[in-house]
This record gives sequence, structure tokens and C-alpha cells, in this order.
Amino acid sequence: MAKVKFTSALQRFFPGLEGAYFEGDSVQSIIQSIEVRYPGIQHYLLEEDGKLRRHVNIFLDNEMILDRNQLSDPVTDSDEILIFQALSGG
Amino acid sequence: MKLLVGTAKGLIVYQILHKEAPMELGIHFLGYAVNTVFVDERHDRWWVGVAHRHWGQKLHYSDDQGAHWSEASMPSYRMATLLSGEKAKLRQIWSIQQGGNDQPNRLWIGTEPGGLFESKDRGLSFELNQSLWNHPSRKKEGQWFGAGSDFPFIHSIVVNPVDSNHIYIAVSCAGVFESKDGGLNWIAKNNGLLATYLPNPKVEVGHDPHQLLMHSKFPDVLWQQNHCGIFFSKNGGDLWSEVFLTEGVSSYGFSIAIDEEDPAKCWVIPVESDQRRIAPNLRLEVFETCDFGATWNSESKGLPTATCFDIVLRKSFVRTNKIMVFGTTNGNIYYSLNEKNRYWQAFNTNLTKVNSVILH
Repeated sequence: MAKVKFTSALQRFFPGLEGAYFEGDSVQSIIQSIEVRYPGIQHYLLEEDGKLRRHVNIFLDNEMILDRNQLSDPVTDSDEILIFQALSGG
Repeated sequence: MKLLVGTAKGLIVYQILHKEAPMELGIHFLGYAVNTVFVDERHDRWWVGVAHRHWGQKLHYSDDQGAHWSEASMPSYRMATLLSGEKAKLRQIWSIQQGGNDQPNRLWIGTEPGGLFESKDRGLSFELNQSLWNHPSRKKEGQWFGAGSDFPFIHSIVVNPVDSNHIYIAVSCAGVFESKDGGLNWIAKNNGLLATYLPNPKVEVGHDPHQLLMHSKFPDVLWQQNHCGIFFSKNGGDLWSEVFLTEGVSSYGFSIAIDEEDPAKCWVIPVESDQRRIAPNLRLEVFETCDFGATWNSESKGLPTATCFDIVLRKSFVRTNKIMVFGTTNGNIYYSLNEKNRYWQAFNTNLTKVNSVILH
């Protein structure tokens, strides 16, 4: 169970969204667990082909994940994950 | 009558009043880019495409005129691939269209990168139209390609009001395609169009229609504002004829409106050129023809006479029951209520870029 924190920007679409512990041993499986609790959120984070959206960032213990395509970065129970939107202009 | 305005920063809903300025009823999706707006008149269901910078394209609908919104499942390309072999994925929704009245649950969605989706359950689920996706013209490089975008996109879907299985789509860039069997088979309908940006301007596929319209009472009459000019067809797209605006005025543009009764009548709002997307001569003007483009008159009373950069995008110029409305890239909205002595009134000059306008 890894601790996951979310950008507050996602609360507009998922009003009950809050930081919590989720099951999983990789970023991909963590997102699958999040999807179970918040149906539809996966489509906000990932492209149709399962890749992380270009303007979404996921940090694993303050480091940006390495694998944005397969989301294979391993996650342990002591890890903290931050899901955030990238900064963009306009 | 209500006016729905999709802008770069939200959906704004107005009530059109005949003796007073339109009344603002509400703003929805505040701060988000509303790139597509459609009203399914059969069910009074409002559809909105929202393009989030971070979270991707989303689709929402409301059955109570915006009091409540639901998020719909997005159409998915699933296992479809691009010509490059890369997996296709939905970039943007460009058009939404209802099926015929005899197909109450049918809904069509046009997207980038060029997929047409069909729903048979009123938008609960969508399937990619395989015959168009696998059309022979897509198999060759250089026939379907992006225009101001990375990939081709379907921006116009037209369903014949007397035959629900008779459908046209328009793609930037590829051109116009017709199906007479509800989307099972498609043929290109670009004879007479010009693609002056290609070595052979008379290619079968590779054209850039900007907006396609069908006359509701004379379905053989089609009009289009194209990248390379203004065209009409009197025979369902078998042959397109080019028409030219008043001498000295560009025929380039994005938006077009047609009359509900007279098929020879049409209005356009020209843009200076592909290279300079500004009002021609820095004057925002609406031109009207009543004779299939043989002659044109500027119908621009009320529009700014001072320097004006505004242009009007496809989907941002509508005409319903003789009311005409358009919204500009600089956030100005103009409307005209009277056919005789047409006068355009601005009722908001402080919006943001207007992407789509619907009168309902």
C-alpha cells in the first residue's frame, strides 16, 4: 500500500478525491487501484494507449517516474506518489 | 430561442430576446476550452466537447439544459492503427451530429485523427466506423493529412433529412466523402474542388473543406467553405462549382451559413488568406449571395468600421429561423434578427475565443 497524493485540480472532476493508500507494486497497478475507487480517473491521467498524458506528471518520492509509456516503475509500501499536472502556459 | 457559445474558457448560454439584448443565462465548464457544442434536437440533449490541456478531450451531456451535466464515455480507437503502424488515439472531438428522426438513438462523432464514431445507444457507447477508417484512400501517404493539426480531422457530418442512411462527412485534409448505406461504404466526392497547395490541385483525395452544409429542403444542394475557395454542388457532390467573392476580397475563410428556404442563398465571412488569418483589409464583413455565388453583397451594417483583426472559425456562424449569430476569435459576438435592412449588433465584446455557436 503506497501513499498517493493528488493535485487539487482533479477534485473538480472527482469531488471526493483525497490522498490515500492504494494497492500496487508498480505505477501502473497503483493507477488501476485508483481507478477502482474513482472510476474514470484513468482517462484523465492516461492516453488511450495507456501512456501517461503528456501534461501529467507522476513523482515517486520526489523523483519523476522514468517509464511514462508502460508505467513500470516499481513501487514499495514506503513510497509516496504525487500525481500532478505539468505546468503549461495559456 | 437559446444561444450556446463554446469558447476557449467555457460554455456561455444566452436567451435570444426580440426587443432586448440577449440575456446571459449561465456559464458552464468555466475556465475550460469548450471546443464542440451540439444539441440533439430529438431529445433536447446538449452535448459539449471539452478539451483539457492536461487531462485530454472529454465529452459531456445535459438533459436539462445545463442544470446538470454527465460525463459520457469517450469514443476509443481501441486497436486501430495509423498508417505509420502507431496505435491511433483520440486527439480531439471536432463534430457531433444526430442521426435521422427514424434513428432516435443514433449519434455520430467526428474526431482527429480522422475516425468517425457511431453510437446506437444515444451516446452510451461508440464504435469506430471501420469502413471509413480502412478506406483505400487512407492507405496511401499524402491523401489524408493534418491541416493546422498533426492529423486529419472530421469537422462536418451531414445527414440527409429525408434519408438517414445518406451521410456526408468533410475531412481536413482529405475532402468530402459520401455514404448511401448508413456508413457501410464511402466514396470520395471531390470532383471540381481544387487543392492549390498540392502539385496536382485536382486530386481525388487530399482536399481541405473547412465547413460543409446541406440544404435541408434540397438535399442535393451542398455548400462548402474550402481552404481554396467557396464551392457549391447541385447534384449531391458529383460536381462542385467554385464561386468568387467580390473582386478584391479573398474567398478564403472558415465559416459558412445557408438559408433554410432558398438553396441559392448563402453567407460567408472571409479571412484575408492562409498566411494572414485576419479580417480582409482589417474589416470584418459578411457577404451574401442570392444566386449561387454569381453576385455578392456586403451585409455588414453594424460591424466595426475601425481596424479589426477578428475572424470567424468554422462552427461559429449559424443561421436558424432567420436569426444569424457569429462569434469571433477575439471574443466578440454579433447577431442579426431582421432580414430586411440587416443590422449586426454586438452583444458581448469581452469574451474569449469563440469555437462554436449553436442556436436552439
